[in-house]
Amino acid sequence: MNRDTQSAKVFSRRIFIIGALQAGTLAILGGRLAWLQIANGRRYKMLSDKNRINVKMLAPSRGLIVDRFGVPLAVNNQNFRVLIIPEQAEDMERSLRTLQKFIELDDKKIEQVLARAKKTAKFVPVEIKDELTWEEVSKIEVNLPELPGLSIDVGEVRSYPAGSSTAHIIGYVGLPAEADLDGDPVLTLPGFKIGKTGIERSYDEQMRGRAGAAQVEVNVVGREVRELNVQESVQGQRVVLSIDAQLQNMMQERLAQEKSASAVVMDAHSGAIYGLASYPGFDPNLFTHTMSAEQWEALLANPAHPLTNKAIAGQYPPASTFKMITALAGMRAGKITAERTVYCPGFYEYGDNRFHCWKKGGHGTVNVVGALMHSCDTYFYELATEIGIDRLAQTARELGLGQKLDFELNEERPGLVPDKSWKMGQFADVWHPGETIVASIGQGYLQATPLQLAVMTARFVNGGYAVKPWVTGYVGGRSYSKETWPKMSIDPYHLSVIKEGMDKVVNDKEGTAYGSRIEQAGYGMGGKTGTAQVTRISMEQRAAGVLNEDLPWTQRHHGLFVGYAPLENPRYVTAVVVEHGGGGSAVAAPLAKDILLKTQQRNPAATNIKTGFST
Amino acid sequence: MMGMIKIQSDQGFMDRLSHVNWGLVFLILLVSSIGFTALYSAAGGSFTPWASRQMMRFVIGLIGMFIIALVDIRWWFKLAWPIYFAGFVLLVIVEIMGQVGMGAQRWINLGFMQLQPSELMKIAVVMALARYFHAATLDDMRRLTFLVIPALVILAPVALVMLQPDLGTSLMILFAGAAMLFIAGASIRLFIGGVALAVASVPIGWHFLHDYQKRRVMTFLDPESDPLGAGYHITQSKIALGSGGIKGKGFLDGSQSHLNFLPEKQTDFIFTLWAEEWGFLGGMFLLVLFGFMFMYGPWIAMRARHNFGRYLAMGLSVNFSLYVFINISMVMGLIPVVGAPLPLISYGGTAMLAALIGFGLMMSAHVYRDSKMTRI
Repeated sequence: MNRDTQSAKVFSRRIFIIGALQAGTLAILGGRLAWLQIANGRRYKMLSDKNRINVKMLAPSRGLIVDRFGVPLAVNNQNFRVLIIPEQAEDMERSLRTLQKFIELDDKKIEQVLARAKKTAKFVPVEIKDELTWEEVSKIEVNLPELPGLSIDVGEVRSYPAGSSTAHIIGYVGLPAEADLDGDPVLTLPGFKIGKTGIERSYDEQMRGRAGAAQVEVNVVGREVRELNVQESVQGQRVVLSIDAQLQNMMQERLAQEKSASAVVMDAHSGAIYGLASYPGFDPNLFTHTMSAEQWEALLANPAHPLTNKAIAGQYPPASTFKMITALAGMRAGKITAERTVYCPGFYEYGDNRFHCWKKGGHGTVNVVGALMHSCDTYFYELATEIGIDRLAQTARELGLGQKLDFELNEERPGLVPDKSWKMGQFADVWHPGETIVASIGQGYLQATPLQLAVMTARFVNGGYAVKPWVTGYVGGRSYSKETWPKMSIDPYHLSVIKEGMDKVVNDKEGTAYGSRIEQAGYGMGGKTGTAQVTRISMEQRAAGVLNEDLPWTQRHHGLFVGYAPLENPRYVTAVVVEHGGGGSAVAAPLAKDILLKTQQRNPAATNIKTGFST
Repeated sequence: MMGMIKIQSDQGFMDRLSHVNWGLVFLILLVSSIGFTALYSAAGGSFTPWASRQMMRFVIGLIGMFIIALVDIRWWFKLAWPIYFAGFVLLVIVEIMGQVGMGAQRWINLGFMQLQPSELMKIAVVMALARYFHAATLDDMRRLTFLVIPALVILAPVALVMLQPDLGTSLMILFAGAAMLFIAGASIRLFIGGVALAVASVPIGWHFLHDYQKRRVMTFLDPESDPLGAGYHITQSKIALGSGGIKGKGFLDGSQSHLNFLPEKQTDFIFTLWAEEWGFLGGMFLLVLFGFMFMYGPWIAMRARHNFGRYLAMGLSVNFSLYVFINISMVMGLIPVVGAPLPLISYGGTAMLAALIGFGLMMSAHVYRDSKMTRI
């Protein structure tokens, strides 16, 4: 019995030990559970959320650009793409080969896609082809069962309905370069494009919009299971321009009849730009897709510089269109009145030099109005010597030349108005009076862009207000347009004398642009011709009878014309430059006539810029 | 087989029925229901493919459990060695089939389920050892020669199972056998020596481990070093568990499990799923239920009047608690990954059957606790 009790004791003790161990293990498990779920619960919750939630950025839609009537100039078109997700396609190559049956797809592209797929994670989609037509999309959708791993994706691609006619104003979009990365997360979206030139660039930030975000639940292979929270993206702001697209189209078409030309139509009072055309242009739609190297080379090599907006960046000697400034400077200086006359024998002698008037035999006796009407050089030569370059330059600048005009397109060039200090700074040389003579008729160092010439004309005919050009009406809901400008201190009598001269240039039968007068009732035009020398025709060439037309194209004169309409209380001004086109009256004036006639017929100034769009 | 004719129940049927541990039955039903709920969630809110099958097997197993519980313990005493040898033969068959097949072979396909002999072997070893030690005296326990047979009884199946290869199960058989030795009163010094031997043999044993087993140990020691590879299961399990917090994510809302971040969620990692969805409260509830179930072992053992019953009850209880401990500490990252199911909860036929058989035997030891058993 002793043994039994002893063994019973041993047994009880050992059972107790085992029981205690069992309890102990539970305590350990409970403790560990508490450690994981209570002490570290929050940390694991965060990890589990990170496991399963990806934040996907939603690309915002780019703001539109429209003309003053709401005609779309830059829009977003749906861009259908076909993608392949490697992990969903058992045999990628087979799917791609099957795809070849339905859409055009070359073998090289298939290779590229397969190579790309190797480099990225298996659940990341690889683009096969974009800009699919609706027909191609339908074919693919219908045959999806035979195309494992493929899917259709809808994105946006920028499109320019007006094509080349507004290309220089609107600009184009492209992929951001290194320097463009300003930290905006939306730039990290693949294929996201930003404005590179023109209005697309000037208001790129406002037009970009704000990216949205979608919290997407993913499973362990990264596949999207469902969307949790979606914060919609916000479309960029709309830009409304002052441009009249139909007028712009007409201008571009008309300019296309020349080899290389540009033209501006502006509101003389407000400064609103109704048309800004430069020919040749380019199709901006080429830039939003991939352009071939040949196309790019062709654009660069074209001597007419299609990529340049010549209306604001082309700098030309203003030639005879400058004469109004000389006249005004002279009147302000008290050197001339409306009555003073000068005799023009066909040349002017100063010192040892003889400066020729364009008319061989001379114009005879002319006053300022007649000098403008006939574009007599001699009159202004003489006037110049009395005024001096500095006073001439001062008036020129007051009228808008020789400076940038705060225009929204950054291609704008400042032109050049020389004076004594400029010459000293530039050439370390004193100013010679002969140079003043040359400047008086808008040659020499003087340079102006068509935009500046239009502004100059406007300031002459709008009652003497320092108007400046602008092209942006609204960005989003905010108005950018301007209506009033400071008055300049110019005697209105002087302005009226000059205007009389300009009226007669076109409407008097002895005016240099009489052939371009507008005859339709209710419409009219005034202005000034100009012919800018590109190369000096030497005395020998002149003697040999070499004419402008005989020179190679790049050496021929530019034809210029500045105009306004209607004759009484002008509303619109224009400036036209035909590069190497020859005489202003022969080439540029008819162009201006057609443009100003169309402008008056359309009369864009009568309607306010459209606001209050729904989006 | 001499005593066979003499076995007669001294109790009526209803008496015996009343002595079934209904408390334990209730706990078994409760824990199994938790299992079905977890399997329902694991399938994404559906009874198929797991919950319904498990329920069917449970019903069959439960019937079996009651039958076993009501069978006279003396029968089990008689059948202990035959059962052991039958299990041993099955193991050999599996081994042979394994040689013919490729690599790991643990199951015999019975058509309606897979039978895993190594699971049943654990019960058979406990039964055989209980039988062997039933007649032993304290003096016998002190003689080393007396312990040779038990050693063989333990080591033979351990060796076979290790060849499968199934390191986890073989260690569990070893441990269960050692526990039986301990319960039967073997000298403490033996155990100290055994542990020392085990520690010493680790470097040698390491050599014999398969690569994947080595990787499992290394990953256990540092799961973060390879979060997407070998350490993946542990890391994901801890994340899923921990993210349950106190109240859990809610029934059917275990995101980690449902998004497939948690692998094997219906088998090895079922506890993680439960704890992710029901939180600390749910996890502790289950642990407490298991705790009560453990207590039945010592409780029944103390009330049994014969060694066989005592040893049987304790041995099976240790078996059960070992499984629970290994599975749950594995999913919580306390021990390396071993393929050990959670009894009554993990999806799997043999494990559930083995658990219910075990409980059936334990209950038989209680119902027949007063039976007079011969010494041999």
